[in-house]
Formats: sequence, structure tokens, C-alpha cells
Amino acid sequence: MHPSPKRVDFDLRNPGMGLDLGWVEEARANRSAIEHRAATLPGRRTVKNRWQAAWLVRAIECLDLTTLGGDDTAGTVRRLCAKARGPIREDLRQGLGLPEIRVGAVCVYHAFVETAVESLAGSGIPVAAVSTGFPHGLNPLSERVREIEASVRAGAAEIDIVIRREHALAGDWSALYDEVRAFREACGDAHLKTILATGELGTLSNVARASLVCMMAGADFIKTSTGKESVNATLPVGLVMARSIRDYAERTGFRVGYKPAGGIRTAKQSLDWLILMKEELDRPWLTPKLFRIGASSLLTDIERQLEHFVTGRYSADFRHPSP
Amino acid sequence: MSLPDLLSSMEYGPAPESAALAGSWLDARARRFGLFVGGLFRSGSGGASFESYNPSTGQPIAILTQADEADVDRAVRSARRAQPRWSALGGHARARYLYALSRQIQKNARLFAVLETLDNGKPIRETRDIDVPLVARHLLHHAGWAQVADELMEREGLGPVGVCGQVIPWNFPLLMLAWKIAPALAMGNTVVLKPAEYTSLTALLFAETCRAVGLPSGVVNIVTGDGETGRAIVAHPGFDKVAFTGSTEVGRAIRTVTAGTGKKLSLELGGKSAFIVFEDADFDSAIEGLVDAIWFNQGQVCCAGSRLLIQEGVAERFLAKLRARMATLRVGDPLDKAVDIGAIVAPVQLTRIKELVEKGRSEGAELYQPPCACPSEGWFFPPTLLTNVHPASTVAQVEIFGPVLVAMTFRTPDEAVRLANDTVYGLAASVWTENVGVAHDVAARLVAGTVWVNCTNRFDAASGFGGYRESGFGREGGREGLYEYLAPTTEPSAPPSRSTRPRVQTAVGELDVTHKLYVGGAQVRPDSGYSLTIGGEAFARANRKDVRNAVEAARKAQPGWAKSTAHLRAQVLYYLAENLEAERGLLVEALRFGGDSDASAAAEFDATLRTLFEFAARADKYDGSVHAVPGRILCYTRNEPMGVLGVVCPDSPSLLGLVRPLAAGLAMGNAVVALASSANPLPAARLYRVLDASDVPHGVANLLTGLREEVVPTLADHDGIESCWSFVGDWDAEIERRSAGNLKRTWTGRSVRAGVDEFLRQATQVKNVWVPYGA
Repeated sequence: MHPSPKRVDFDLRNPGMGLDLGWVEEARANRSAIEHRAATLPGRRTVKNRWQAAWLVRAIECLDLTTLGGDDTAGTVRRLCAKARGPIREDLRQGLGLPEIRVGAVCVYHAFVETAVESLAGSGIPVAAVSTGFPHGLNPLSERVREIEASVRAGAAEIDIVIRREHALAGDWSALYDEVRAFREACGDAHLKTILATGELGTLSNVARASLVCMMAGADFIKTSTGKESVNATLPVGLVMARSIRDYAERTGFRVGYKPAGGIRTAKQSLDWLILMKEELDRPWLTPKLFRIGASSLLTDIERQLEHFVTGRYSADFRHPSP
Repeated sequence: MSLPDLLSSMEYGPAPESAALAGSWLDARARRFGLFVGGLFRSGSGGASFESYNPSTGQPIAILTQADEADVDRAVRSARRAQPRWSALGGHARARYLYALSRQIQKNARLFAVLETLDNGKPIRETRDIDVPLVARHLLHHAGWAQVADELMEREGLGPVGVCGQVIPWNFPLLMLAWKIAPALAMGNTVVLKPAEYTSLTALLFAETCRAVGLPSGVVNIVTGDGETGRAIVAHPGFDKVAFTGSTEVGRAIRTVTAGTGKKLSLELGGKSAFIVFEDADFDSAIEGLVDAIWFNQGQVCCAGSRLLIQEGVAERFLAKLRARMATLRVGDPLDKAVDIGAIVAPVQLTRIKELVEKGRSEGAELYQPPCACPSEGWFFPPTLLTNVHPASTVAQVEIFGPVLVAMTFRTPDEAVRLANDTVYGLAASVWTENVGVAHDVAARLVAGTVWVNCTNRFDAASGFGGYRESGFGREGGREGLYEYLAPTTEPSAPPSRSTRPRVQTAVGELDVTHKLYVGGAQVRPDSGYSLTIGGEAFARANRKDVRNAVEAARKAQPGWAKSTAHLRAQVLYYLAENLEAERGLLVEALRFGGDSDASAAAEFDATLRTLFEFAARADKYDGSVHAVPGRILCYTRNEPMGVLGVVCPDSPSLLGLVRPLAAGLAMGNAVVALASSANPLPAARLYRVLDASDVPHGVANLLTGLREEVVPTLADHDGIESCWSFVGDWDAEIERRSAGNLKRTWTGRSVRAGVDEFLRQATQVKNVWVPYGA
């Protein structure tokens, strides 16, 4: 019925698998129990002092520094890229005893992929492009595939696609599978992050099922939100997706990454998400290879906390260059 | 470690809660504590003391006073003096005090939490996020009950019980104190409370809080000490009520000691609660539920979900996920904010856990413990899973009271229910399924005072908590919990039985009449082959074997009767009334046979008919309620039948005294085994003929006649009887003493003319079902 647990090289990219509808449909997510777990988790784990500083640094390293405004310009994108190269003040970096620190990626619309790639040249920071009719995902399929191809040609190493919510809401899992499979092929070597827009999927069971289908179709990451829905990354949704990733890893042997995005603005929130990863998944998910946070204003709050750690004084936001 | 090192390890690191302020609090009292009696801290009369330890270090942290009999006596006298004035203050005044206590707990929440963790060894996460907030909630909720107490008491003809002796355990020291003290005070009682000897410190801090809010002296008295002090409380004649939370073994002893003393008693005892996972459950959530079920408070929880029952087809996959989850549990310093499992309260408990786990292994269980570093000092035990366990295994039957889970499988919902109920306990159960039909069905069929659906170990002041079977009786919390601290003010007590003998033998049929017993729907001759001649009439003389047969018939019939609709039960009772009325002449004559005048016989007959209507009317109306617990949770109560009732009927009134308990029992879905009036069994002998003609299912109503000394001991002893009622004063002590065997409920010392509501409460036990919901 289920593929037996496999031992494979965890560094391999998830190749995906055939759509296993039985597995998808038996996925269960009890909202109340999940909300209870999410509500109590931050009270069960905490990190303090040096450990907290280290975890906050890791949150920066997992950051997909993002700008997705209709009013983005080449200038704002270059400014963001500069911040990505040096996300915290030089004196703080030295105070922390870190040789270097950089963010996980910079995430922009297709129109700014080239600008970002240029600005980040030599930094090793990948550029991620949101794609496939972001944020609604309702453009014709052929256009959405071409959009991916264009972003990859422009130098994007990661493609954040949005799923067509209708497929999940109607339970048409094979349609969802086929589309994501097509996106994966269009990506080539670029990594595929699938945005579920969980705030629009209605139920947590739909979140679990959509997560599984996207992984079966070859997603390298599954991601919560576009940031444009009215409800974005929440811990209950995070639990459901993390557990789906765990289930997929248990049964196939492949590790799929996770990216919450939208609404994560405070250092405390970023710690809660890291804790959720450590508790529900494991140590490998505490690296940018398997975990990203999609955010923009979060960085400033983390910088303030790190300054407090280094100096012992509470900091203020204007002391840190804005992204 | 440098930051780059920490970045590569990504460990949590230490996150200790400071114990400094709790330490200062202890130091300011020189780490020595007296007894809190009459509003003052006093030294004990005997001068004996004992040490309290921090279980996570094994080091002593304070010296406490061992209260002896004289100290308990002083406390009782202080509580006695205070009680009338406390009660007379009125509900509003008492509400103000309870409100103040609740607020004081909140204002000193962290001190209470840290002190509790130091004394008990449970994680600060639990004391901070669960114990102390629930304490404040309990006091506040009962401030509300105090506010409405005057009206409630007047409406229901109830008043305070009086002075209560309360003995609480060490697993939730402050919370159990609140569960005991809040309802007692709200209803106008005063208390003498003994915390467990391992964990007295928060009770002493609470005593200071009582002083701080100006609680009148003597309303709350706290005496510290070991089991000897507890024994002194239980044995002291000055208490009107004893409330105990602890082991079933001690509960049984308390039942025996208090038998016949007239003390009201509530017991909250052990458990071996089932945790049932169906194949359609959300497994990951069920596993988190298990963490909260059996690894909460180191598994030292009376309602711990300690017996895992998994549907067979998914068991392997579920257990694999469970083992993986166990590996992320953190055992260690309970003051660390990121620790899940703290220390076991005392070495003797640790030894018991180890011995039982060894016993399990020797019986073939497979042991899994995740690789985890338990601290080397202090008293710790790792989270443990035992598989290859069967219902007959010791570890599946015995309460381990530690972080040890045993796992078994089932195939169908029926089998899950059967295995879950295969225990002498009945405290709680947890059911995990996404199928709402399965959830409510299984919840209804589980023999447990609390059923959690897709959740576990949820508590709230608005919901009653307490056991079925040998998990004890009485409820704490909710409306149902109030009655433990209320007593009737209007109804007369049962008079001692009078050996009235029939005065005259009126014309009884000319042909010889054979009176039999009514057992299992059949009119049967007594096993003894003897008769009992009263007033020239020969009645069947039941013996122990007739009791055995009657209970067997009742046990067989009761589940079907309980499952039948309340509409049907009402109909049967009305029909019984109809048929009885048709036999009015015979029954009135039977009453006159016992010496009643025409007028009083007629009056009793009319009252009997009215009684049948009263209980028929309530059969489909004494329904449950929905408790307002916090959160998106449907918390509903079911007033479930006790099961099989044994009833010792009064000599007089001989007909009403039989029919009233019978009607109450039947209306609520119980089966009844009743021993009729010894003075005049004739109404019973005539009643069974009417029962026979009234669609009462066979075995639901069983009537015995005979000598009490030949019937009552067997009835009171019988493990198949859930509750024993006596309306014959001089048998109360015997019944209560013998009831300790299976901790059956008893109802004694009351008149058979007690109110309908009181009867219905006695005929039912409250189950609370928690169903969190969410689309």
C-alpha cells in the first residue's frame, strides 16, 4: 500500500513519485489538536542567551529576503540585495564572532531577476523568482510554464510557484499533480518551491493533501503563502506541512524543504518557527538547505535582538539600515 | 561554546527559571513551617517534624511539622467554631473572599509555580502554564458558585455539610488543594486540609494567602504530616465530610473507617485509563496527545492515558512514529523551561516504577526507552513504552504512576470498548478518530468519568471530574461537584427500622397463596426452601444464592435497559402505574395487612402512584448539560445509570418504600435488586405480579423478601452491584463497611421520601465528554 521506508542519500533532490491517491486521501489533520499543539509549543521550548543569538543568526541565514511590491524598482531591488550581502552591521557581526553571514536567498518578481542576479554576483546568494501567475496562479498553463523558463534563463536558481487553489478546493489532486510536475520539468536545475496559499485552502486536511501532492510531483520546498492572502504563515499550518514532510521522508526517504512566508515579523516568531522545525522534523531542517523564512521586515527585529545580545542594551530599529 | 559552534549544533541550551525568589521566601521563614490552625501558624503539640525534599536534587529544602491527633483535634475545633459564621456570611461575602484568593494566586503566580516545581519535581512549564492558572480559574469559578449559592440552596433545600476533612496527594499539590477548598468554601463549609507529606509548601504559601485576604480564622486550616496525620483526620469524629484524593488502596481503607459514621465521603482514586487510536485518527496529533497523556507530570497522574489501544492494521506505523517522537522528549532539571519530563516525587515511587517495568519485561513485554540522558542526581525515570503487552499482563492492569505507556491492539470499535473497560478502574479515557459517529458512540460506552475525544488531560473548573468503579466517587468541578459539599436541610433522615409486626390479619384469599421471589422476570421459589411467616402468611425467604441469582439477572438485563429509549422507560413506568391502579384493592389490602389504617393505606397507595408518575416524567428530562469550558470545545455531560442498584427498603412505608427507589432506578436505566420490607413483605409479593404484567424487561426489577441478616451482607459485598441504597438506619454501617470491597457507591441515612432530584442524582453518575471541534 505504502512504499516501505527507504534509506537513500538525503542530499539527493526529491525526484517526486507517481501520484498515490490513497496516501493523499487518508491524510488527516485535526484542527483543534493541531491548534493546541501549536499554542503550547512556544511554551515548551525556548532558547536563551548565546543559544538564542545563534538561533537568530540561523534565522537570518534561512531568510528569503523578499520584495514583492507592485511599486518595486531596480533601485529598491539593489538596496535589498545590498542588505542580503550584509544583513547585520559589521560591528555586530564581529561582536558575535562570526566570519561571515548572509541570507538564504533574495526573492523578487521575474522582472527584477536580472537586476538581483547582477547585484548579488559573487556573493553565492541565490535569486528566487515568484512565478506562474503569482499570486493567483490563474494564467493559462502554457504561460505559467513559459514564465518559469524565462526566470530560469534570467538566472533564477529557485522558482516559487503558486498552485491553482481550485484543484485543491475541488479535490482534483491529479490536476494539481500534473501541473506541479510540469512546473518541475520547466525548472530544470532550478529548485522548485510550491506555494500552497494555505490561507485559501479552507481546511488543514486540504493543506496536508496539497502538501503531499506537491512533494509527489517533485517539489524541493513546500511553502505556505504568497504573503498576499489575508491569512499567511501560521504555526498550525506549519505543523501540518512539517508533518507531511516528515511523513513523505519516512515513506520515500527524500527530504523536502519548508518555507513559511507572510506575517513573520518578530525575532520571537522566527525562533518559534525554528523550534517547530527542530521538534517536528529534525536537525537537517535547521539549515537554509531545507528551511527558509519568507520575510522582509523580520530582519530589522532580529538585528535589534542581536545588538542587545552584543551590547546588553535594548536597541532601536533606526540603528539598523533598512532592507 | 562559541557562536559558530552553537550554530553547528543548534542545541537548545539551558533555560533555567530562577529559584531565587522562592529561595528567599523559604529563607525568610528559616525553612521551617508550623501548622495553620485558626488563622495562625502554630507549632505542633508533639514537636515532631519531617523534611521536604527537592526531587530533582534529592536535597532537603524545608522542615515541616508533623501534626498529631491533638493538632488535628485543635484544627477541627477551630473549623467547627468558624463554620456557622462562615455559612451565615452569605454567598456574596464568600464570593468576595474566593475572588480575592483567585486574584492573589494570579499576582503571585510565579512564586507558586517555582515553589511547586522545587517541591514536586514537575517541570516549570506545567506549574506555570497549567497548574497555577487552573488554580486561579478554579477559585474564580467557585467565587461565582458562592455568589449564587444562597439561591441554589434555597431552591434545592440544601445547605453546607459542615466541617470537611480533606486529604490530598502530591501529584498536583496546589491544584488538588483548590479542587477541595474552593467548592467547600463556596458552599459555606470550613475545612481542615492535609497536603501530602512530600509536597506541602504551596499549601503553606496558600495559608499565608488566606491570611493576606483576611479570610476569617478557622475557615481554612492546614495541617502537615504523613499518613498518620491523614488517619487522624479520617478517624476524627468532628468531621461532617471526608474528601480524599489518592490511591484506591487508601480510599478503600477510608471507606471502611468512615463506615457508619454518617460522614459524607468523596473519593478520587486511581486509574488505568485507555487511550484509543482508530485507524482514521490524525496520528501525529494523537501522538502529541499521548505525550500529554502519559508523559505529563512524569506520568504521575491519576487519569494518565497509560493503556494505548491501537487499531491493529495501523499499529506498526503508529508505534514507529511514537518511538520517533519519544526521542525528542527532554528529561531533566524541572526548572528548565524547555524540559518535558522532570523528577519523580520520591525514591519510593521511583522504586515502584522500576519494579513494575521489570515485572512487565519478565512477563514478556518489549521495552523501548529513547536514548536520553537522565540527570545523575535526583530521582528521574525516562519515558518508556512497553509493547507485546496483553490485557492479562500485570503492567496492563496495575496503575504504574510513572512515565510508562503500555500498548495493545484491537480490531473493531466493539473490541476497543471491551478492552478499554476491562479494568476495575473508570477514571478517564481518550478516543482519537475523525469519525464523529464513532467518537460519540465509543464515548458513551466507555466506563469512565471523563472521556476526551481527540484531546487528553484537559481540565476545567466548569467540568466535573471523578471516577466510575474503583476510581472513586463524587465529582470535583462543575455543578455536579457542588453537591459533594451540600447536604439536605429539609428532608428527615431515615428513622431506625422498627420491627413492626402486622397487627391484624385481614381477609387474605381463601386458597393457599404461594409468595415467591421475583428474579430475572420469573417468579421463583427461594433457594433455601424456607419460608418466613409473618402475620400467618408465608413469604419466600431469600438467601445469598438468591441475591447472587438476582444480581446476575440484573447485570444481564441492565445494559439493554440503559440502551432503550427514555421514552420507553417512561412508558413502562406509566404502564406500571396503570396496572397498579387496577390492583388498587389488593395493594391497599396488603398495606392494611401490615397494620396500616384504611386511610393511611389509601394515602400510601396514592403516593406510590404519584411516585411512578414523578419518575416516569423525569425519565427523559433528567438530561445532561453542556459545560462552558474555555475554548472551542463541546464539553457535555451524560447522566448515566449507575448500573445495578441494591436497595434495602424500609419496613415502612412498605409499598412506597419499595416503589420509589425502584422507579428512580428504572427511570434512569438501572436494574434494581430490592429487598422488600421485612415487617410487611406482602405489598412486594403483590407488586411483582403487577411488574410481571407491565412490560418491565426480565431482570430489570428483582424483588426479594426475607431476613436482612441473610440478604444485606451479600448485597453489600457483591462486586456486581454499583450502588447500594439503604433506608434502614441500623444497616448503614454494615453496608458502608462492606461496600469498600469494590468501592460501590452507597446512599444511606436518608428517608425514602427524599426529593426526586436527590433520588435522580443517586441513580446516576456524571460522565463529562470533551470534544474540541474545528473545521
